[in-house]
Amino acid sequence: MIEVKNITKTYKTGDVEFNALSNISFIVNDGEFVAIMGPSGSGKSTLMHILGALDSPTSGTYLLDSKDVSTLSDDELANIRRDKIGFVFQAFNLLPRTTVLRNVTLPLIYAGVHGKEREEQAKKALISAGLDENHFHHMSNQISGGQIQRVAIARALVNNPSLILADEPTGNLDSKTGEIVIGTFQRLNIELGHTIILITHEQEVAEHADRILFIKDGKLVEDRRTHKKRIIKI
Amino acid sequence: MKLTDIASETYSSLSSNKVRSGLTMLGIVIGIGSVIAMVSIGNGAKASIQSSIEGLGSNLLTIIPGVVQPGRGIVSSGRGSAQTLKNADVNILKMIEGITAISPENSRRFQIVAGGNNTNTTVTGATADYVDVHNINIANGSFITDTNQRSIGRQAVLGATVATDLFADTDPLGKIIRINKVNFTIVGILIAKGGAGFSGPDDMVFVPLSTMQKILSGDDYLSMIAISVTDKNKMAIVKDLATNALLDQHHVIEADFSIISQEDILGTLTTVIDTFTLFLAAIASISLLVGGIGIMNMMLTTVTERTKEIGLRKAIGAKGSDINLQFLSEAVVLTFVGGLVGIVLGWLICLIVTSTGIVRTQVSFSSVILAFGVSAIIGIIFGYYPARRAGMLNPIDALRYE
Repeated sequence: MIEVKNITKTYKTGDVEFNALSNISFIVNDGEFVAIMGPSGSGKSTLMHILGALDSPTSGTYLLDSKDVSTLSDDELANIRRDKIGFVFQAFNLLPRTTVLRNVTLPLIYAGVHGKEREEQAKKALISAGLDENHFHHMSNQISGGQIQRVAIARALVNNPSLILADEPTGNLDSKTGEIVIGTFQRLNIELGHTIILITHEQEVAEHADRILFIKDGKLVEDRRTHKKRIIKI
Repeated sequence: MKLTDIASETYSSLSSNKVRSGLTMLGIVIGIGSVIAMVSIGNGAKASIQSSIEGLGSNLLTIIPGVVQPGRGIVSSGRGSAQTLKNADVNILKMIEGITAISPENSRRFQIVAGGNNTNTTVTGATADYVDVHNINIANGSFITDTNQRSIGRQAVLGATVATDLFADTDPLGKIIRINKVNFTIVGILIAKGGAGFSGPDDMVFVPLSTMQKILSGDDYLSMIAISVTDKNKMAIVKDLATNALLDQHHVIEADFSIISQEDILGTLTTVIDTFTLFLAAIASISLLVGGIGIMNMMLTTVTERTKEIGLRKAIGAKGSDINLQFLSEAVVLTFVGGLVGIVLGWLICLIVTSTGIVRTQVSFSSVILAFGVSAIIGIIFGYYPARRAGMLNPIDALRYE
């Protein structure tokens, strides 16, 4: 479960203070699929960084599985990211000139999973993300955009995180592959029960989640349930 | 992170840019290679000089007239030309314990004529003991005998160089040479010894000491007494005993002769060559340093280039120390492999130098270990700063970096 209480993030440039986030509170339950929406500059990226334990809030508390993440040191934050969070980025961020399988095993290297177990887990994650087995040993730059994003999803899945954070995962994809990727998220959410937070500025994409949090000028302005558009055929 | 993981990460990132990794390594390869080559050539030169000095005779003490003292330069009339060593001194020295053989000698340069050829060379008046003291070998015939000595005989023995100078390819044995208008019969020829300098016997003609003193030079002093000591450890004692005996014999308080031990000469020369080797190695080390800076340069470029990758690794759970370790190990592997190739290169250079016959190089184990250690240390020193920069990158900034 994710509990965000009165989170504020302040950036200081010289004497000018700027609140990227002010006093945001919400709760995301396990197994929920939530979209965070907002125009650019609204503070949704800052919120994602805090939720992803990449950054700490200036004030307020952030509880991830009832552990207070907001006051941890850099190394402790790294451990939280390693054990509890899976990232999917807009720019995919796969290692170039490296095989698909190796890309997916990367988080397990830092988690201390070794040998056969590591490979098994990576293959399982790749299959869950819907990648065909004959692509496993291809180089990451030899596969298509949709496949790349599936590899990235598999990498986020591989350490069985409490939370999958997807930052504009369809931003670099055409609408058809984008739909397939969103379908993958839905399936992971429904079939495997993963908690997913999707950051996007597209209404169309956000409608596929259970719930939309709307951020504007650093404040939470709307929190509503959706009709949950289902992607039937993946 | 396990060691095998670090190794495989390092391998995959270094091998993904082979040309650059190779060129960076080249600096270290050349540095280590030249250090090893220089040290080995120095060692080889030292060994060859040592062996040629030891070849002049084992456990040799050389007594020469006159004194050489530090700070006072050459006192009295200078060594060699002083006339303080007499034949009687030899009998005194013979009583000292620990002496194997004594060779009194008197040398002077003369013009030597043989048939149509002539040469100017050193003529040494020697006794039969000369052979033992100076470790020389007879190629043909015999050396000066005691009988020659007693009869003030007109026999001569030629050094290898003199023999070829005067007689070219013909056999000189039994032929006549003229030294200072006196005829001598050649009774022996020496085997070439090599390592000229320091009264090398190759370019010498030997006659009986009595003949030299009474007929050729006409004086009764000696230009040198060479003593062969039974044991290396007794050199110092024998040197002291000989000094005291000669002081008594000459009735003087301050010595009018000098005793030079072979070890002294060896020690001086070794110091000179060591200094020279150190000098060469220091020059070679500069290229090693430049190679290290090259590594640092490449690592800094790599860190900038892979900023996004570092951000990603941090986002998926890598700690600053994991990243630090990864980049440090890349630098160390580069220098380590560079060092290995450098050792092979240095060794090849040594083989080539040896095959030219100038110096027999000696690749010492210690210089290889040293080179190895130095290259690893260079990797750590020059890899540390870039690795630290990588480890301290903020994951958010790193992910945003384009």
